[in-house]
Amino acid sequence: MVSITVLIEIFIASLLPFNIALASILGMCPLIAISTNVTNAKGMGLAVVLVTTLTAAINWPIYEFLKWSGTDTLDLLVFMITIAASVQFLELAMQKFLPALYNAFGIYLPLITVNCIVLAVSLFFVNYDYGFLETVVFALGSSLGWAFAIVLLSGIREKLSVIADLPRGLKGKAIAFVLLGILALAFIGFAGIARVDPIQ
Amino acid sequence: MEYILLPAVLLGIMLAITGLIIVADKALGSGGLKKIVINGNKEIEVTSDDTLLNILSQNKIFLSSACGGKATCGLCKCQVTEGGGEIKPTEMPLLSAKDKENNVRLTCQVKPTALTKITIPEGLLTAKEFKTKLVKMTDLTYDIKLLDFKLISPETMPFKPGQFAQIKVPGIDIVRAYSIASNPSDPSHIEMIVRYVPKGQATTYVFQALKVGDIVTLSGPYGNFFLQEQSKRDIVCIAGGSGKAPIRSILARLKEQGMTRKVRYFFGAKAVRDLYYTEEMKQLQKEYPNFEYIPALSNPLPQDNWNGATGLITDVLDRMTGDLAEAEAYLCGSPGMIDACIKVLNKHQIKPANVFYDKFA
Repeated sequence: MVSITVLIEIFIASLLPFNIALASILGMCPLIAISTNVTNAKGMGLAVVLVTTLTAAINWPIYEFLKWSGTDTLDLLVFMITIAASVQFLELAMQKFLPALYNAFGIYLPLITVNCIVLAVSLFFVNYDYGFLETVVFALGSSLGWAFAIVLLSGIREKLSVIADLPRGLKGKAIAFVLLGILALAFIGFAGIARVDPIQ
Repeated sequence: MEYILLPAVLLGIMLAITGLIIVADKALGSGGLKKIVINGNKEIEVTSDDTLLNILSQNKIFLSSACGGKATCGLCKCQVTEGGGEIKPTEMPLLSAKDKENNVRLTCQVKPTALTKITIPEGLLTAKEFKTKLVKMTDLTYDIKLLDFKLISPETMPFKPGQFAQIKVPGIDIVRAYSIASNPSDPSHIEMIVRYVPKGQATTYVFQALKVGDIVTLSGPYGNFFLQEQSKRDIVCIAGGSGKAPIRSILARLKEQGMTRKVRYFFGAKAVRDLYYTEEMKQLQKEYPNFEYIPALSNPLPQDNWNGATGLITDVLDRMTGDLAEAEAYLCGSPGMIDACIKVLNKHQIKPANVFYDKFA
């Protein structure tokens, strides 16, 4: 049984110093594309948290099965299938039981199927040799960290689009990359407060 | 051993997951029953996840659509008063500010929700699908053909001169709209004038695959562009390219009525090889002094020996018309030509309510 302090450390580590967007530079496409306003960014962030945590929780027992049967080389392929399937399943379930939320998510939910952070989180738990609880906490922390990053970035971009007189060549995606770089630099400040592979 | 185990495990997992999804889909239902209420009195119930345009056409309600659901022609507009969701980015460029205010949407982009309420013009509810047979195909110019369809079932399509119908291209299931060129007094035949568009899916079908005797599905009639038969005003007709089709239908009706209204017909083309029905028009002009046909060539070739009007259709129109305050205008052609001609008409004091046009998308 893992201790609660280890879980807390994994959570904080995945949220801040090992932020999947700003330290691992993953999930860049939606991060740049959907960060033009805060409302959309929140929607996308929430959808990512939901899908990432769910798929990591599903992928863990499946990986255990692969290890048991000695076919763990298949993990990448199998994870991709389970991610696509669970997004599909989530969509069906939401359409049926939570139509309001389903409409609010709109295009974001299916988009997540191809979001690399969902796959990355599942591949990371293999690397770190996590148990089930650690995997879920790590997935939650990482996806919340990504949501945090996209909300931060969209907030800055929204303000910037109103007040800043940007040169033509820097408008839109170009300035988003610069902002992202500065944010990533700022997040280096969190380095050392926690580790994703705590010393037990 | 491993060579069998790996694919077996992968296949097993894939099959298991596919099975699970199918079960979930059956259990949860893909959205369930949807109800579409039309004009507050007609109801359609569907379970499919299709677009509104397709659902309506499956239920024999044919909204016009020239692009066939690609959100490029903007013809399949209708008012969605409830349950249409938010306007999609694909619709944005084709909706005016007024459209957005009135909840007008492109039905090819809207997927209905549990309860969707829409308003469509009553006239559209009369458009039907027809099984027809192509009985004649005539070359009018090097790139324009006249198609003559005999209606099989139903046997007649009553239409107003100027309206259009749609051809369903077999195999690729796209529809394209063409103006009806035939005499409205004979609703058992539908003639269309089709100009070849390089790489156009429908015109390629018409020019390369369609043969006399083929069975073709048409739907119609559509459109708010038709002859105002109750009016007594003088008429200016302007057409370009295959835009002669609806005007031909209008002239047929006017001729039957004894050509009591003064009609001037401007036709714009590039060179003599683009002109067609010239003899028919000259004959009409001879019979009825009220009718005048003015073909104008923008780039006559040296070998054309052209001594008619020369220049852009807008210039010829401007030169040859006087005050149009009491006249009616019927325009048919490319959007650019129509917009330019309307400017000229406005210059000659035409009342905007008396200008009718059909833009080719």
